[in-house]
Amino acid sequence: MTRVVLRGAFLIANVTKLEQRLGAIAATSPVQADLSAVGRIDTSAAWALATLQLRIEQAGQSFEVCGASDKVASLLRTVTDALPRIESQPPVRTSLRDRIETVGRAVTQAAQFVLDLIRYYGLFLSRLGRALRHPSEFRLTALVHHCEDVGLRAVPIVALMSFLIGVVLAFQGATQLRQFGAEVFVVDLLAISILRELGILLTSIVVAGRTASAYTAAIGSMKMREEIDAMRTLGLDPAMTLFVPRILALVLMLPILGLVADLMGLFGGGLMAWIDLGISPAMFTTRLVEGTDVSHVFVGMIKAPFFAVIIGIVGCHAGMQVKSNAESLGRMTSNAVVTAIFAVIVADAVFSIVFGQIGI
Amino acid sequence: MDSPPNSDVIIRLRGIRNQFGRHVVHDGLDLDVHRGEILGVVGGSGTGKSVLLRTITGLQTPVAGRIEVLGTDVRTADEDTRVALERRWGVMFQDGALFSSLNVRENVEVPMRAVPGLDPGLRGRLADLKVSMVGLPYLAGDKFPSELSGGMRKRAGLARALALDPELLFLDEPTAGLDPIGAADFDTLIHGLSRSLGLTVFLVTHDLDTLHATCDRIAVLAENKVLVTGTMKDMLRVDHPWVHEYFHGPRARAADASAKGPGDR
Repeated sequence: MTRVVLRGAFLIANVTKLEQRLGAIAATSPVQADLSAVGRIDTSAAWALATLQLRIEQAGQSFEVCGASDKVASLLRTVTDALPRIESQPPVRTSLRDRIETVGRAVTQAAQFVLDLIRYYGLFLSRLGRALRHPSEFRLTALVHHCEDVGLRAVPIVALMSFLIGVVLAFQGATQLRQFGAEVFVVDLLAISILRELGILLTSIVVAGRTASAYTAAIGSMKMREEIDAMRTLGLDPAMTLFVPRILALVLMLPILGLVADLMGLFGGGLMAWIDLGISPAMFTTRLVEGTDVSHVFVGMIKAPFFAVIIGIVGCHAGMQVKSNAESLGRMTSNAVVTAIFAVIVADAVFSIVFGQIGI
Repeated sequence: MDSPPNSDVIIRLRGIRNQFGRHVVHDGLDLDVHRGEILGVVGGSGTGKSVLLRTITGLQTPVAGRIEVLGTDVRTADEDTRVALERRWGVMFQDGALFSSLNVRENVEVPMRAVPGLDPGLRGRLADLKVSMVGLPYLAGDKFPSELSGGMRKRAGLARALALDPELLFLDEPTAGLDPIGAADFDTLIHGLSRSLGLTVFLVTHDLDTLHATCDRIAVLAENKVLVTGTMKDMLRVDHPWVHEYFHGPRARAADASAKGPGDR
């Protein structure tokens, strides 16, 4: 028979040592644990004793505790009763088939996502049509509110950004063109790149970051608090009350913001051309008007409403995907921004190809 | 005020005053909690039950007053004393307040990481024991908080609060949001654990069944202070409109009947 005598306090701080000592006891003979000299003891030490007991008894030997005070005995009983029964989860095996299936699922999910966005686009159009037929259902106040939020409040950041882009473009262009003595073409460079591409694209990216996230957060938190469900039970259509004013506000405001960006970009570029290359404002204007066709402005501006719809739909769609927990709100908000920016750039690439093919 | 035979005071509050702006929540609040008892704190909405719990655990600094927990003055204690003190108590928040990026086992392990020299493998097995002690199945240890039901999250939160074998346990609305069966199970669990582990429990609740099933003593918060403390029997004799209404209302009678029920049969 093996006798184990414990003396003093056994707490979590020294349980590692206790567990090692108890683990070294061979399960070949009956064990008696003498706890009469135990002072303080906590559940971790009781756990070490309980696992010893389990091991000894499983080996077919007897285990006996003696001299335990009522408190220690009660603790030991609680822990023995609560010893976790270790279950092992059936191992998940991934075969080649499963992996191929994962890829397939990802592809269908992506397709489903695109279809979903198209469905939301259709929803927006149908509700817009309904608003035209029944103007009383349309929320003008909400539209004005969102226009202010999306348009007016975004002017400073958009203006500053495109001004700086103009400055950088003029500066970089000047250093390259100077090698050929063709400094004056900086004006053409600025006009074509800003008016056709950069003005509206960069504005859309800023707006996607600013507004798509705001839409997702606003609609998502309404979804989280079941406000959307409440609207439905009250006979209010979320698409009409929430999506139409928001997307329409973007469609109205993004071209204006794009125009602001064009002007500020040209202003920044002109300023830099004047300082760095000595092209006077008068010369800059003349060159701009003579050398640049006004079609460049239209080519840039025609894209704005498309980008606006993309940003608005992505933002509203992501908001509706929010589940009832805060993590999904955060995840969908960042998803919305990434998707909106990506979709805007893809659309811009498509526009470039189309315009290139038809020769504008 | 009657007190249990072992009247060793573990929490002593004197003249606590809490206010938010001009809104006074507590004014001149006194309270004693004795070792080994389960004290239930009740009061109407907005009487500052949770604020009181936050005040004792140091999450809310009172404007005035003295807080002594386990013989230490919480407000004047230095950093090291406070850290040592915090290891001797456990707090379970309303919805468990589990760390969402960790699974249940890792959540329970968090307080144990502060123990020097504790073997990581052993730590995991001790965490499994705590998870099992609060009545969760073994496999729940691998789950993340978002995969658990409200009742399981509360249990996991309790397991984390018990990780370092605290002497003192704070529970904020332990049965709020549970179905009656889950709530009754939780009451039994708290009562059983506090007795077998020798815990002192400070419990904030609305639930009359919990008061009946678990609490040794009840403290009623009203009029910015602890209006009255005592056993359930004492409460029934108190002649204050709110207290009378609370302990004699239709819900109170139902809770009383169900608490007495098994004994009568």
